[in-house]
Amino acid sequence: MPRPGFVLEVDRATPPTLFWHGESFRLERLPRGSRILYPPEPLNAIEDVRGAIEAALDHPVGEAQPLSSLLNPNMSLTIAFDDVSLPLPQMTAPDIRSLVIEAVLERAAEAGVTDVVLIAALALHRRMTESELRHALGNRVYNALAPRGQLTQHDAEDKQNMTVVGETDRGELVELNRRAVESDLLVYVNINLVSMDGGHKSVATGLASYDSIKFHHNVDTMVHSRSFMDRHNSELHSSNWRMGHVIKDAGVKIFQIETTLNTATFPESFRFLSRREWEWNLRDRASFIAASEALKKTPPHLARQIFQSVRSPYGVTGITAGEVEAVHERTLERVYQQQLVRVDGQSDILTLGLPFIGPYNVNSIMNPILVYCLGLGYLFNMYRNKPLVRKGGVVILSHPTRPEFDPAFHPSYVDFFDQVLTETTDPLVIESKYEESFARDPWYIHLYRTGNAYHGVHPFYMWYWGAHALDHLGGVIILGGDPKATRRLGFQSASTMADALEMARSIVGSDPSITHLHSPPLVMADVY
Amino acid sequence: MLKTALSDKTIFVTGATGFLGTALVETVLRVLPSTNLVLLIRPGRNVTAQARAGKDLFRNNCFDRLRQDWGTDRFQEEITRRVQIAAGDVGTDGLGLDQHGQQLLANSDIVVHSAATVSFDAMFDQAVEINLLGPTRVMHAYQAARVDCPDPGHFVSVSTAYVAGSRKGDAPELALRDQPHYPEISWRLEVDAARAQRTSTEASSREPETLAELRALAMAELGSAGVALLSEKIERLRADWVKDEMVAKGRARAQSLGWPDAYAMTKALGERLLESERSNVPLSIVRPSIIESALRDPYPGWIRGFRMAEPIIISFARGLLKDFPGVPEGVVDVIPVDLVVGAILVAAANPPQATKYYHAASGSLNPLKYRQLVSLIRRYFSEHPLYDEIGQAIAIPEWTYPARGQVESTLRRSKRIVDTSTKIISKLPLRSNFVDYQDQLAETQQGLERAGSYVELYGAYAECEAIYLADNLMELAARISDDERDSIALDPHLIDWESFVLGTHLPSVVEHARARTRPKSSAPKRNSREDRLRASLLTGHRLAAFDLENTILAANVVDSFSWLATASVEGGHKLAIAASLLAEAPQLLKLDNHDRSDFLRYFYRRYRGAELQELERRAPEFLTGYLLRKSFPLGLARVRAHRRAGHYTLCITGALSFAVAPMAPLFDQMLSLEMTTDADGRLTGEVPGALPIGEARADVLRKVAKIHGYTIEETIAYADSTSDLPMLEAAGAAVAVNPDTKLRQLARRRGWLIEEWSRSKGYGNLFLPIGRQL
Repeated sequence: MPRPGFVLEVDRATPPTLFWHGESFRLERLPRGSRILYPPEPLNAIEDVRGAIEAALDHPVGEAQPLSSLLNPNMSLTIAFDDVSLPLPQMTAPDIRSLVIEAVLERAAEAGVTDVVLIAALALHRRMTESELRHALGNRVYNALAPRGQLTQHDAEDKQNMTVVGETDRGELVELNRRAVESDLLVYVNINLVSMDGGHKSVATGLASYDSIKFHHNVDTMVHSRSFMDRHNSELHSSNWRMGHVIKDAGVKIFQIETTLNTATFPESFRFLSRREWEWNLRDRASFIAASEALKKTPPHLARQIFQSVRSPYGVTGITAGEVEAVHERTLERVYQQQLVRVDGQSDILTLGLPFIGPYNVNSIMNPILVYCLGLGYLFNMYRNKPLVRKGGVVILSHPTRPEFDPAFHPSYVDFFDQVLTETTDPLVIESKYEESFARDPWYIHLYRTGNAYHGVHPFYMWYWGAHALDHLGGVIILGGDPKATRRLGFQSASTMADALEMARSIVGSDPSITHLHSPPLVMADVY
Repeated sequence: MLKTALSDKTIFVTGATGFLGTALVETVLRVLPSTNLVLLIRPGRNVTAQARAGKDLFRNNCFDRLRQDWGTDRFQEEITRRVQIAAGDVGTDGLGLDQHGQQLLANSDIVVHSAATVSFDAMFDQAVEINLLGPTRVMHAYQAARVDCPDPGHFVSVSTAYVAGSRKGDAPELALRDQPHYPEISWRLEVDAARAQRTSTEASSREPETLAELRALAMAELGSAGVALLSEKIERLRADWVKDEMVAKGRARAQSLGWPDAYAMTKALGERLLESERSNVPLSIVRPSIIESALRDPYPGWIRGFRMAEPIIISFARGLLKDFPGVPEGVVDVIPVDLVVGAILVAAANPPQATKYYHAASGSLNPLKYRQLVSLIRRYFSEHPLYDEIGQAIAIPEWTYPARGQVESTLRRSKRIVDTSTKIISKLPLRSNFVDYQDQLAETQQGLERAGSYVELYGAYAECEAIYLADNLMELAARISDDERDSIALDPHLIDWESFVLGTHLPSVVEHARARTRPKSSAPKRNSREDRLRASLLTGHRLAAFDLENTILAANVVDSFSWLATASVEGGHKLAIAASLLAEAPQLLKLDNHDRSDFLRYFYRRYRGAELQELERRAPEFLTGYLLRKSFPLGLARVRAHRRAGHYTLCITGALSFAVAPMAPLFDQMLSLEMTTDADGRLTGEVPGALPIGEARADVLRKVAKIHGYTIEETIAYADSTSDLPMLEAAGAAVAVNPDTKLRQLARRRGWLIEEWSRSKGYGNLFLPIGRQL
C-alpha cells in the first residue's frame, strides 16, 4: 500500500533537503519550522495494461458506443496523439500511446478500415523527430504507417489543411486540422500526466491554429486561471470547453482515450530522488554522492545528455475511453488521487528545485525562459484552492539558469531573450507590442513547418504561463542562477540559500514561514 | 620701410600651397596693401590651377583672420584684385607656363621660390629634380621672361640651414663654396647618377626574385583573396619597394658626403647651381632651420600639415617613443613660421648687389637647448596627458638622451619580437579568443614602425651640432621701421621659449594630431562607434550580401559532407568516414589556403554517386541537427533585421545547393552551387561554370545589385575571410564577421565594422560532426 504524501515540519533532526538544480542537485538546510511537502508514493500500476485497454475500448463512458461499433470499411479514421511534451521524462518502452494505438489499429483492421491517418497533436510545439515518433508509437506502428505517408504531424501553418469549425458564443474562433475534423471518427489518445492535460483541450488546442489558440493562450486568460492545473477554476480550460462544445455541435465525432500514470518517475539507479531524505539507506547515500560528484566534473552539455537519456518506469493507473467530458472527469479523479496532498495555510516563501526537464525541452536545453515557465508556470500552479505562497510572498527557484539556447528547437526564444526581454518583462506589454510580429514571422514559420522548431509565438506563451504568478508574488529569487540571465528575466539571483532567504526577508518580513515543494516526482497541493 | 619698398611691386611665388607659402601669401595680403602676387600653382588632374588655389590655399584657416577682419566680400575682392594665378610646375623646364603665365612672370619684380619637397624621406631622384634643379628652372624661366626688361629683378630662394651638413660648430651665412670642409662635387654627375639609379631600381623591382618575394608578402597578408586583389597588392608593394630603395640610396649618398640626408644634400647643390646660373639677377637665399607653428601671425600656434617635430612629440606623449637620440646640451634650432616669412619679405625688399645669405634660425641668438625642450614637453604632458584606447592617462617616459645607435637597436629588438608574434598568430586559425591580444599587438607593431622611422629620419638632425650664425638676419631686422614691428617680425629674440612651447606650440600640435586629450566620459556608454555603424547599416535603401559559412553558420564543406555522409551509413562506418577526413585534414587545409576554387572542386568529387533524392530527404534533419545548431543566432538576427528594414538580402555561398537549401528562406535570394546529376539521379561530383569565389563573388554582387536597382554604394557585404576580400572591397560597406588575423588587420585599417558572432552556448564542440538519427 503506497503511502500518501505529507507535510514535514523541519526540526533539529531533519537532514538536509534535496533540491533539484537543473542537471544537478543541492542539499539545503531549511530553517527550523519550515514545511516540506512530499509527494505521495506511486500508486499501484495496472498489471494487464493490454487487457485494460481492451476493456476501455469495449466499455466507453458517457454517451458513447464501443469503438468496434463505430468502425466500418468505408470510413475515414484519424488517430491523434499527444506529442513529445508528455510524459516527462519519456517513459520506458513500450510507451502507453503505442499500446493504445496498436489496439485501436487492430480494431480498425478487423473492421476493414483502410483510410487511417495518425496525427501528432503538436499545436504550436515542434515537430517530433523520427526517433521520438518511434519511441511514442513503437516501431511496428511507425514502420507500418510512416513509409506510406499515413503518419503525419499537425501543421498549424498549413492553412489549406486547416478548417474553421465555428465560433463560441464569446466569439472565440475554432480552427482545426481539416483531416481530423472531416474524418468520420477522430480517436484521441492522451497521456494525462498532470491535471491540466486532456479533456476538450486535447483537440481544441492540440489540433488548432495560432488564430484559434490565441483566444485562450493570452495574458488575460492566464491571470484568471487559478490555477490552470485546476480545470474548474481555470479560464484556460473554460475557453477550451466552450470550443469543445462548438466542435461537438459541428458534428465532429470524437472518441477520447485518456490514460493516467503513477509517479514512478526515476529508474532504480536514481532511486534516492523519490525517497524521503531521512529514509535514505547506505546505497541511496552512496549513489547520491557518486551522482553529484560525477556531475560536478561533467560539462553541462554532457550532463544534459545523460539526464535526457533517463527513461521513467511509469506504471499505468487507468485507461478510460468514450465521451470527452465523462472520460476526463474520471481521469482527473485518478490524477488527484495520485498527486494531491492537503496543506493547511499559505506561507510567505515557497522554495522550488527545478529539474533538468520541462514539457518543452525534451532532448534539448532548458533555456532561461523555460526555467521561468517551469517555476512560475508549472510548479507554482500545482495547487488547488489557494497558491502555496501568500499574495505578495516570494518564490525561490533553484536552477543554474545559464543563458544557453537550442537554436534548432527554440530559435524564436533566442530572439525573445535578446530583443524582447531587454525591453520589458511585463506580460501585457510583451503581448501587445511583440506577439504579432513573432507569430507571423516567415522564418520562424519556415522552421516550425520544415524543421523541428517551436512556433515563433511559443516563448510568449511561456511568458504568459507565469503571468498569474508574477501578478501574485512580491518577488522571485533564483538560487544559483546566472546573474545576468536572471536579471534579464527581471529577477534577482542568490548564490546561497542563506542569501536567498535574507533577500526574501526584505520583502516578506523578518520571520517568514517557508514551504518547500519537494518535486518531482509530481505533487499537487490542496491548500486550505 | 617695407611697405614703401614693396609698394606697387608684384611678387611671383612658387610653393604657395605649402606651409611657408601659405603664410607668405597671407602676410602680403594683410600687411602690404599695395603689393600684388602671382602664384605658380600646378593644376591637378581634374582641377584647374585657379580652383586649386581656392581649395588648397584660400580655404586654409590661415586666412580666417583676414576673412574675419575684412568680411567675406572684401576678402574675395582683395584676392581677385591682387592675386593672379599662373598655371605651371617647377618640375618642368620653362615651368610649363603659357603665354599669359610668362607675361605674369615677366611683370614680376620679385620671385620667391619656396617650392620644395620637404619630406625627409623623398626619393633620391625626386629630390634631385625638385630641390636641386627646381630653383634654377625657375631662375631660367625668370630670365627668359624678362629678357627685354632693363631691371634684372630680384630672386629670393628658400633653402635650408641644414645645407651646412652634419657639422659641429659655427655655420656662417656664406655661399657653401666659401665655407671650409665643403665637398667639391659636380652637381651634374649627381643628377645623372640619381636618374640612372631610378631606372635601374625600377628594373630590378621587376626581376623575378624580387617579384616572388613581394608575392609571398602579399600572400601572407591577403591569403587566397583571388588574382585581381593579389596582383593589385603586389604592384603596390613593388612601388613601395622602389620608393624605399630610392630613399635609401639617396640617404646613403648624402651621408657619404656629410649631409644628414638627400633633402639637405639636394638643397645644397641646388643653391650652388643657382649661384652659378643667376647671371645678373640679384639673389637672396633664405635658409630657415626647422620651421614650426606661428609665434604671432596670423595667430599664435597656426600650423599647416603635420611636420617634422610634431609626430615625434606625439609619439612621445603616447608612450610609443620612450627615448630620442640627442645631446642634452645641444641646440634644437626651431623657428616659428611667421619669423621666416618676415625674413623673406624684408630680404625681398632689400635686393643685394649680387648674392646674399640669411639664416632664419634661432640657435645663435636665442638658443633652445634640447634638455629645456624635453623638460617643457614633459611638463606639458604631465599636466595635459594624452589618453589611451581605454581612457587611461598615458604616463610620460623618462628621457635618457641615448646615442642614436642605442635607440635604433632597442626599437629593432622590440619590433622583431612583435613581428614574430604577429606572424605566428596570423598563421594559426585563431578567431575571437585572441582578438584583444591581437589588436594590441597590431597597434604596438604600427607604433614601433612609426617610432623607428622617426629615429631613422630625424635622428641625424637631432645630432647636428652646428650653430647657424645670423648676422645678416639681424641686419635685416634692424631695417624694419618701428611702426611696422607690430605687423612684421623676424628677430628670434622675440621668442620666449617657455611660453611659446607650453602655450602655443604644444597645444597646437596636440590639436592638430587629433590626439585624445580627455579621459573617456564615465557616463554609461550608449552609443559606441560600432553601435552607430551598426545602426546606420540598418537604414536606407540597401542590399545586404552575406557569405554563409562561418558568417552565418559555423559550418564548412568538409563538416557538412561528413554529416551527410555519415547520416546515411551505420555505426562503425561513420567513424571510418570521419577518421579518413581527419587524416586528410592538413592536406585539405593547405589546398584551401592556396586556392579556394581548386579545393572546392577537389572536395566536391566526393559526392559522386550519391543519390540527390536521398540527400534532399534528409534536409529537415540536416536543418535541425546541423545547420541550425551550427548557426550564429546574432547572424540570423542580423539578416532578419535587414529584411525588416526593407533591404534586399542576398546569400552568396560556395556550398552545394542541397547542403544549404533549408537556410534559403532566410534570405530574399540564395546563390549556391548546383551539382549535376546523371540519368539515375545520382550526383556526378561536378559543378559546371565558375565558382562564386574571390572576384567572381564581387561580380555576382555587382550583377545582383544592378538587377534589383541598387548602386554598388548601397550594398553591404558580410564575410569572414580574406578570400572574400574582393566582395568586401567592392561593396559600399563591409562587415568582417569573426575575421581571422589577416582580415581583422585589414578591417581595422579600413574602418570596417567587425562582428563577433558565436554559436549558441549549450552544445559541445565536435571536430567532425557525425550525422545521427534525430
